[in-house]
Amino acid sequence: GENTDPQRIAFLLRKQWTLYSVTPLYRFSNAHLRNYSRLLSAFIAAERQKGWAVEVGVELDIKVAVSSLPDLKGSDQDHAAILVEVRTSQKTSEEKLIWSGWFCSVCGDDFFENMPEDFTCLPLFLTNGAESYTAIVGSWFQKTFDCCFHRLAISPLNLSWMAAMWTGCKVDKTASAMELIFSVPGLLQPLDISYAIHPEDAKALWDTVQKTPGEITQEEVDIFMDCLYSHFHRHFKIRLSAAKLVKVSTAIASAHCDGIIKVSLGPEIGVLAVVWTGRLLCPLAETQA
Amino acid sequence: MQRRQSSKTPKQPLQGHHKNQTDLSAWRKGGRIDPEKSIQNHQTPDRQKNDRQQDSLEQALCYFEKVQERVSLKKNSVLQKHLATVESVALQRGLPPEGFEVLLNVALSGKFGDTVNTCLLKSLVPASVIPESSIISSVSWLCVGKCSGNIQLLFLKWLITVFDFIDHKEQIHALYGFFFSFLQDEKMCPYVCHLLYLLTRKENGESGMQSHLQALLSLYKLFCPELVTITLPGKMKTYFKNSEGPWKAAISAIRRRSQGNSPLSQPLFLGTAQPQSRKRKWNTQLFIPASSANRNNLEQDRGKKHVDLYGTNKSFPVEQLQTFPQLLENIHRLELPSQMGSVLTNPLLLHYMNCIKDESVYLRLNYWMGQTLQEECTWCVADNQYEDEFKDFLETVYKTECFLQEGFSSCEEFLYKSLPLWDGFCCRSQILRLVSWIPLGSFSEMKSHLYDPLAQLFFTSSLYFKCSVLESLKELLQNWLNWHVIHLDSASDPQVCSLNTTLSGLVNVVAELIQFVGWISTVALRLENNPTFLLYFILDFYETVCDMYLRYSLPLLIMPPAGVFYPALLSMDSVSLNQLCYIMYRYRTNLVAAKENEQSKKKILQFKFSSQTYQEYNQYIIAMVGCLWTSTAFQKDIHPQGLHMDEELLKKTAMQEFKTSFNIVYHPAMMGYAVLFLQQAWPDDTTFNFSLIKGKKWNWYLEYLYAQGLKGLKLFIESSINRVSQASCSKAENTQA
Repeated sequence: GENTDPQRIAFLLRKQWTLYSVTPLYRFSNAHLRNYSRLLSAFIAAERQKGWAVEVGVELDIKVAVSSLPDLKGSDQDHAAILVEVRTSQKTSEEKLIWSGWFCSVCGDDFFENMPEDFTCLPLFLTNGAESYTAIVGSWFQKTFDCCFHRLAISPLNLSWMAAMWTGCKVDKTASAMELIFSVPGLLQPLDISYAIHPEDAKALWDTVQKTPGEITQEEVDIFMDCLYSHFHRHFKIRLSAAKLVKVSTAIASAHCDGIIKVSLGPEIGVLAVVWTGRLLCPLAETQA
Repeated sequence: MQRRQSSKTPKQPLQGHHKNQTDLSAWRKGGRIDPEKSIQNHQTPDRQKNDRQQDSLEQALCYFEKVQERVSLKKNSVLQKHLATVESVALQRGLPPEGFEVLLNVALSGKFGDTVNTCLLKSLVPASVIPESSIISSVSWLCVGKCSGNIQLLFLKWLITVFDFIDHKEQIHALYGFFFSFLQDEKMCPYVCHLLYLLTRKENGESGMQSHLQALLSLYKLFCPELVTITLPGKMKTYFKNSEGPWKAAISAIRRRSQGNSPLSQPLFLGTAQPQSRKRKWNTQLFIPASSANRNNLEQDRGKKHVDLYGTNKSFPVEQLQTFPQLLENIHRLELPSQMGSVLTNPLLLHYMNCIKDESVYLRLNYWMGQTLQEECTWCVADNQYEDEFKDFLETVYKTECFLQEGFSSCEEFLYKSLPLWDGFCCRSQILRLVSWIPLGSFSEMKSHLYDPLAQLFFTSSLYFKCSVLESLKELLQNWLNWHVIHLDSASDPQVCSLNTTLSGLVNVVAELIQFVGWISTVALRLENNPTFLLYFILDFYETVCDMYLRYSLPLLIMPPAGVFYPALLSMDSVSLNQLCYIMYRYRTNLVAAKENEQSKKKILQFKFSSQTYQEYNQYIIAMVGCLWTSTAFQKDIHPQGLHMDEELLKKTAMQEFKTSFNIVYHPAMMGYAVLFLQQAWPDDTTFNFSLIKGKKWNWYLEYLYAQGLKGLKLFIESSINRVSQASCSKAENTQA
């Protein structure tokens, strides 16, 4: 992903993406992307017109574009990411993007060495837009390529990895604070604790923890989080390690345990963040596939 | 097609009418759509009201089903009452699937006037789904034209509105031509167009310029551009007026109400679920896709690249596959379903799967199944309460494995992942049955993934659970052995030989399973204090083990551990003792056969039974004969964990005649028979003098035991006890006397 053209990938910045895991696609071919666009447009049009869900009076002309994003992948072995965009053109003739989703594989190396010829592994699917479109597009992929989708949750462990990863990135001084949100279990009323840290403080802490630049270990992540927890305990006498980490947000990106991510900064560093995040999530998707 | 010349007569409803007429009370009690279920705890008065409504709805439907001659509304208070019931229930809760056929048949048959028919049609608000069969019979009523044009129109409007609620649409698609013929009717034309628009699929493209026709044509053009040559306006217009029927608002209201009450009703509506729960996102309900062929235009492009072997490139769509002969006729050109998961519910496709060797078919199925199992697993995924659905799914997977006689790798992985987290309770019988289809694997894998978690649950769970585990491990063993036998037959096939399991590998894995069962059985017998019930399942397992050489051609025999053998030998129950005798008889038969093969050396034997197996067998036989026959067990048993006891020690017990205490007369499992035998042989003697059973009487007693069904004992005594002459027999009796 080093030679990425930032403009091509700018679309994925500053949007919330909902994560799904996808099983390998059967008989998917990059050579047929135009046909896929045509068929998917027809499918969406037909679905929208069907039955009692007809919205009379709303005149929408749906256009679907399925395209390849050759830059967005983790390594040469990975299949290029596939972008699906749903646009409407209204009478004003101005096209409006109403839904987008992309399949990607940024896991690299020998994950898919044994993948048989007819299958394409793009284990991560990220969507932005109304869920009704996600459902229609997902159904079409399911029926056409015999794959299945499932929501991908992000575990607290992975969230703490992301916190460490994003803290280590260089950002300017005006960057917004790093925020960790915890939920306290076992209470009748839901209680969330928000823990905000100045980005420079967090970076300074991370720099003392990280041994080799460009490399992160589980141990380092644990130490980093433990330091943050003990600092919080000193001030508020609350042990955050007993609560569940549900959301991490930094100037670069944010991630929620429900499987929603958003990359804010970019494009260069944003793309890097996406690739890293993808790497982290790919094995997750793969074990579920 | 002449639409008013149907052969249908009003007195003969379509076939299947009565079959589909299911019990209404089933809908009330069992339904996943039952809105009462979730609120019944705190809304008892409402519930009673619902029950009353329910009863009167049943009565009303009965009335409409049976009503024969034309009745006028004004004069008939019964009809008025039932009509009001249907109307109010429909608007409040929606009608159950069973109601539609009855009411549609009445409304379209012209038995009543249009006022009643209109009222009935307006009440057709679905609570969940509408059975396809009811639509089919309605169309046939439409063809005979018993009802007025207004009612026909209203029916079409209704059908368009509720189109998505119809449970299946395959047969309706088959009526495409019928609908097409209705286009001639000017009034009906716009609605028929709308309906055809909903029904049209690619293959229907093979068939004037008003907007509704335009819409239909534009869809035709989309699917088959080569067939529609006229130019259509590029911009999408509002081709169909929203059918202004009364149903839409009622349907929404009922949906809102039932969604509030029961989360289970939501999966019916893909993509419109409430966002708060993970489970109700699109596509997260557990469902097995229907078999349908891939309507992807690209398949045609791709087909051209392949060489057409059979002189035809027309494939046979999977939806049309209904019978086994059809499968046989079209097996060379059968198009596989677009979603392979659908084979689980299609027995014909399972037959097909059994004979194809395409790896991608299994891969597609496994990818889908693996993800579905993992995502729906009720104990692996937090706040997943859909245990019944998951249970049904596991059941389906198990049945498929039985049918294919093969375990799925995705299911194996799922078991390995989920067993360590399993409580041993949730979906118990399904999980344990799936265990029996785990394919042969390496021992290290089996140990950490299967044996260790299973043992933990086994030791800490109930007697019943222990027996269930033993039962499923027995089936696992049998499945492996069957697999071995089948692959032995096809050993000449090099493809099969390349499977990673060599004979020695197989022998090792099987031996390890048997040793594992021997170990947990020993511990379980001690923990549970030797109950007969448990012993039965353990010995049942060994009934397979003792016959592996002869029945499954596997060069392996393993004796049960002493912890199993002695509790069975000294059991209080004749069933266990008889079972043990049978097992020892089969061990003997197998060992003798193996020895003969070894000696004849006709075949070069890869494997020989270790002398340890023979030695163990001999030790057990000495103990058994010593106990049951010669009354010498305490002296002669040489097994280190056996019955050998010092004579001095035995004397100190102050027991008289300790020597004979386990022979076939005095053995606690046999004494009941001995008493009955004495009563029959000496009816007048009430002293129960067991020592009378000797000499000829001893033989009579044996015959008596055999006649009581102790076949195992018979086989054992006849094979393992040398009774060549009467002399040795009397000698044996002398020692026991």
